[in-house]
Amino acid sequence: MATYETSDESVVVVIGSGAGGGTLANELCQKGAPVVLLEAGKRQSTATYVNDEWASFGQLAWTDKRTTSGTWRVARDFPNLPAWTCKTVGGTTTHWAGASLRFQRNEFRALTTYGRIEGANLLDWPLNYEELAPYYDKAEDKLGVTRTHDIAGLPGNNNFKVFYSGAKKLGYRNVHTGRMAINSKPRKGRLGCMQIGFCFQGCKSGAKWSTLYADIPEAEATGRLDLRPESFVTRIEHDDAGKVSGVVYFDKDGKEQRQKARVVCVACNSIETARLLLNSQSPQHPNGLANSSGQVGRNYQRHMTGSVYGIFDKPVHMWRGTTMAGIVTDESGNNPKRGFTGGYEMETLSLGLPFMAAFLNPGAWGREFTSAMDGYANMAGMWLVGEDMPQETNRVTLHPTEKDRFGMPIPNVHFDDHPNDVAMRAHAYRQGKAIYEAAGAKRTILTPPYPSTHNLGTARMAAKARDGVCNKWGQTFDVANLFVSDGSVFATGGSENPTLTIVTLAIRQADYITDQLSKQTL
Amino acid sequence: MLRPKEGFMQPTLPSRREFLKQGSGVIIGALVFSSGPIALLAPSKVWALELGALDEATGKALLKFARHLYPHDTMEDAVYAMVVKALDKDAADGSVKKLLVEGVASLDRAAGGDWIAKSPDRQLVAVKALEGTPFFAKVRGTCVVALYDNPLAYAHFGYEGSSWDKGGYLHRGFNDLNWLPDPPTDASPRLSRAGA
Ligand SMILES: Cc1cc2nc3c(=O)[nH]c(=O)nc-3n(C[C@H](O)[C@H](O)[C@H](O)COP(=O)(O)OP(=O)(O)OC[C@H]3O[C@@H](n4cnc5c(N)ncnc54)[C@H](O)[C@@H]3O)c2cc1C
Ligand code: SF4
Repeated sequence: MATYETSDESVVVVIGSGAGGGTLANELCQKGAPVVLLEAGKRQSTATYVNDEWASFGQLAWTDKRTTSGTWRVARDFPNLPAWTCKTVGGTTTHWAGASLRFQRNEFRALTTYGRIEGANLLDWPLNYEELAPYYDKAEDKLGVTRTHDIAGLPGNNNFKVFYSGAKKLGYRNVHTGRMAINSKPRKGRLGCMQIGFCFQGCKSGAKWSTLYADIPEAEATGRLDLRPESFVTRIEHDDAGKVSGVVYFDKDGKEQRQKARVVCVACNSIETARLLLNSQSPQHPNGLANSSGQVGRNYQRHMTGSVYGIFDKPVHMWRGTTMAGIVTDESGNNPKRGFTGGYEMETLSLGLPFMAAFLNPGAWGREFTSAMDGYANMAGMWLVGEDMPQETNRVTLHPTEKDRFGMPIPNVHFDDHPNDVAMRAHAYRQGKAIYEAAGAKRTILTPPYPSTHNLGTARMAAKARDGVCNKWGQTFDVANLFVSDGSVFATGGSENPTLTIVTLAIRQADYITDQLSKQTL
Repeated sequence: MLRPKEGFMQPTLPSRREFLKQGSGVIIGALVFSSGPIALLAPSKVWALELGALDEATGKALLKFARHLYPHDTMEDAVYAMVVKALDKDAADGSVKKLLVEGVASLDRAAGGDWIAKSPDRQLVAVKALEGTPFFAKVRGTCVVALYDNPLAYAHFGYEGSSWDKGGYLHRGFNDLNWLPDPPTDASPRLSRAGA
C-alpha cells in the first residue's frame, strides 16, 4: 500500500472502486503506474457482510438522495431510489450476482444491424468484437467465469430445476447454469461456492468475484496503490491548457482535499459519472466537463427488465443457493418477427422474504398481494434482461435546487420506456410465464422493474466527437488525460448483463493508458 | 426504512415482567396457533409489546390496520406487533406521532364511530377510504418492510434467513427438490468433488 502526496502530479487518479475502477486501478498498478483510488464508501470485508437483505442494503447500497422523472414505473415506486448500486470499496461488485456474458458480435453494430428506429439514438460502437475478444478472454480468466477456460459450470439449485424443466418443455434449447463469476471450485485464492444464497448481499465465502477481495488486494500488493475510502469526489479541475490537473474531494472527516493528477479516470457508475462531469463545468466547459457534444448524461440505459415468479403446489425453496445461476439464451438474438428489435436473456433469480415483499408489486396491499406471499416457499423466480433503446431524452441532469451535504447538486434521472422496450417486455413476460406454466405453476406473477442495477450510456463512446463523449479507449474527446472507465461508455446496451464488458474495457483501457504514459502523450 | 435486525426472539416477545416495569402503553396478546412454527420458537404463549410513544388504543388500532393491509389469516398477531413496534419507534418524532394518532381518529370518522369495534367488513371499507392519505402511506410503507423482515415472519413463511453460519446450503438441500427430474449434467454439473 502506497501513500502519495496530494501535490503529487504524477499519479493516475481513479474515481470509484467497482467493476470498472477497481479493475482499472489494479491493471495500472500491475503495469507500474502509481494510482490513487478514491472511493466514496467504506471498506467492508467478507467477515463484515451480513446475510440479511435490509441490513446489507444499509451497509453497502448507495442511498444518497436522487430524484426521478419520466413515465417509467420506477419513478412512481421508488421516486428517490432510481438505481440499485453500491457505495463501498468494491462498488456494486459487492452486490452483483456474477452473470458474465460476452456481447454478441452484432450488438456492437446496433445502428447497422437494426437500422434507424424512431425515437432511438442508436449508434455503432467505435470498436468491434474481434478487437475485444482477447480482452474478453483475460476478463473471463480474471473473474473465473464458469463454462470458460475449462472452469466447470455451477451445479443447479432448486430454482434452476424448475426453470430448466419449464424451459425445456417449452422447447428452449440453450438452458444451463450460466456463465458465472462464481467459483464452482476453489480458484485463484478464492473459495468455491457454498450455495449460501446471499449473492446480492456480498458473498461471505468470497466465491463470487468482487474487486474488494480480488483486484484491490492484488493492487495493494504491488505497493503502488493508495486507496482512500470515504473520499467523495465533487469536482474534476483542469488547467489553462485544457488538461485535467486534479480532483476535489471530501475525506472521511468531511474535510475538503485537492489531489493533483496526471490522468483522471472516472468510474462512478453511470449516474454518478455523469453527475460528476456535469458538476465540473467551468468557463472552458460551460455545459460540463468534456461535454462539447452535449451527450454527457444522455442516452441513459437501464436494460429492459422485469421478473416472473411462479407458484407451485410443492416447495421450491428458491433462496437456497446461487441467486442467479441459470439462463435461457434462446431469445437473445435479434429477430424482429417477434415484434421488437434486439433480444433478451432469462435468468433465474431469487429474493429473500424481505425483498420479495418490497419488490413483488411495490405499493400493493390486500389479499391479491398476501396470497402470493403465502406461496413464498413454493415460488420459483426469474429475471428478464434485454437491450433497451438509447434515447437522448433519457438522461441524468443536475437537480436545479437540491444539493447533497457537500453542496453538490443531486442527480435527477429521467426515463421513459421506448415502445420497443415495452414490446420486448411484453414478449419476455409472456415467455417467462409460459416457462413456469409448462413446469406446472398454478399461479404466475409479473413483477415490474426494480431500481436499475444496470446503468449505462451516459458518456457513450463514438467514432465521431459530435456523437459521443469518448473515443474507443474511453478517452474523452475534449480532454486527452480524462478517461471514463465504467458502463457509461456503452454506446448501446446489448442484451447481456454488462459487467464482464465493463471489466474487459477497463483491462484494455489500462493497456492504452500505460502505453500513452510511456510515450509521454498524456 | 433501513434498520439493522435486532437479536433473535428476545426483543420480539418480551416477558410479562418486563413490560410491567415502565412504558406508556402496552399491548398484550396470546399466540393462537399453538402448533404453528412461531409457537415452537416462543418461550411463552403470551406476548407483550411495550410502547414508548403511542398509547395502547392507538397501538391496537394500528395492529388491526396492518392486518387489513397485509392479511395473512394464519399469521399470529405477534408478527403484526412488529409493525406497531416500528411505528412506535418512528413516533418518537412528534410529527409522526401526530400523523398516526390523527390517522386512527380519521379511521373512526370514516367508520362513523369506534373503528376497531366495527365488523371486519366495515373496518376494511374505512381502510380503503383512507388510501392515498399520508397516514395510509406511512403505515403501508412501514408495514411492508417490518412485517416481513423479522424472524417470526421468516418462521411463518418457511424462509430460512441467514445461512453462511450454517455452511450455506451446499450440504443442506440447495438442490433437494425431487418433484421434477434432475437436469442433465451438461446443463447442471454435479457438485465438484474438490468443492468448497
Ligand atoms: C443486485 C445486483 C445484481 C447484479 N447482478 C449483475 C450480474 O449478475 N451481472 C452483471 O454483469 N452485472 C450485475 N449487476 C450490475 C453490476 O454490479 C454493475 O454493472 C457494475 O458493478 C458496474 O460497475 P461500475 O464500475 O460502473 O460501478 P460500481 O461497481 O457501482 O462502482 C462505482 C463506485 O464508484 C463510487 N463512487 C461514485 N461516485 C463517487 C464519487 N463522486 N466519489 C468517489 N467515489 C464515487 C461508488 O461508491 C462505487 O463504489 C448487478 C447489480 C446489482 C445491484
Ligand atoms: S451462493 Fe455462492 S456465490 Fe452466492 S453468496 Fe453463496 S457462496 Fe457466494
